Amino acid sequence: MTAPGPRIAVVVFPGSNDDRDAVLALGALGAEAAPVWHAEKELPDVGGVVLPGGFSYGDYLRAGALARFSPLMRAVEEFAADGGPVLGICNGFQILCEAGLLPGALLPNVSLRFVCRDAPLRVEQADTLFTARCSVGQRLVIPIKHGEGCWYADEARPARLEARNQIVLRYDGGNPNGATAGVAGIVNEEGNVLGLMPHPEHAVDPLLGSGDGALILAALVDAARNRLSVAAAV
Amino acid sequence: MRATVLVRPKEGILDPQGEAVGSSLRQLGFAVADARVGRVVDVEVEATDPQAARAEVERMCQQLLANPLIESYEIELAE
Repeated sequence: MTAPGPRIAVVVFPGSNDDRDAVLALGALGAEAAPVWHAEKELPDVGGVVLPGGFSYGDYLRAGALARFSPLMRAVEEFAADGGPVLGICNGFQILCEAGLLPGALLPNVSLRFVCRDAPLRVEQADTLFTARCSVGQRLVIPIKHGEGCWYADEARPARLEARNQIVLRYDGGNPNGATAGVAGIVNEEGNVLGLMPHPEHAVDPLLGSGDGALILAALVDAARNRLSVAAAV
Repeated sequence: MRATVLVRPKEGILDPQGEAVGSSLRQLGFAVADARVGRVVDVEVEATDPQAARAEVERMCQQLLANPLIESYEIELAE
């Protein structure tokens, strides 16, 4: 018998559509992942949280703008403030920016086209919770599929993020959406909240094109396991 | 009391939607140098005093209707 995997919550908003993929991928990597409906007020006892991709609230008003006020988001914000690992994928990244958990905003792609393809990425930071299984300069291929993935921040911000090692992933060989400084993924200052446009949950099996996303999700599973074992030891 | 909120992409923010609209207008033969696309939100506020209504709508803009990083807004109150 192996020990049960660490519990990870995948928040389901009305309009989320990558929640099941996230649950499946995390499960395949050894976690006990469970969907949690956004209208819940409390998070179950988990070691990590994923805000999945999709079109929460139909992207009405601005992508992510309405989801950030879902009841469960207050609990997610508290979990993040307590140092809990939170991963926002695509729409989840948009929600994290709208909620102020990550800096910047995601604008419509410069091309005005929805992009759906494999994106080569460069790992810029390997000492985050989420990239602990990667090395700096490593090239990952992870699919993107979004219409509003152009990360934007005011002029001084990218340099500040760079100085604090918060730019974790960049597009490599072409910027698919016009993101400032080629940003594909950033962490907060504390390093426990990552938002990224690419979908690691769609890249956990080489049979389906790439297994590179598993590096990021498995690191989240590690982080969740560590958090729960520390909590259990107290 | 009815309020109309105009939300626009801030100056300097790339507005691909506006660019696409501008280029279509030029294709139609209009001499358009620039086009920007924003959004209108009409809200019916329960307030009798215009000042209170404006303050309320201002708070709506700051909390939800506009993202101050990328958008500016204007509030018009109707009688």
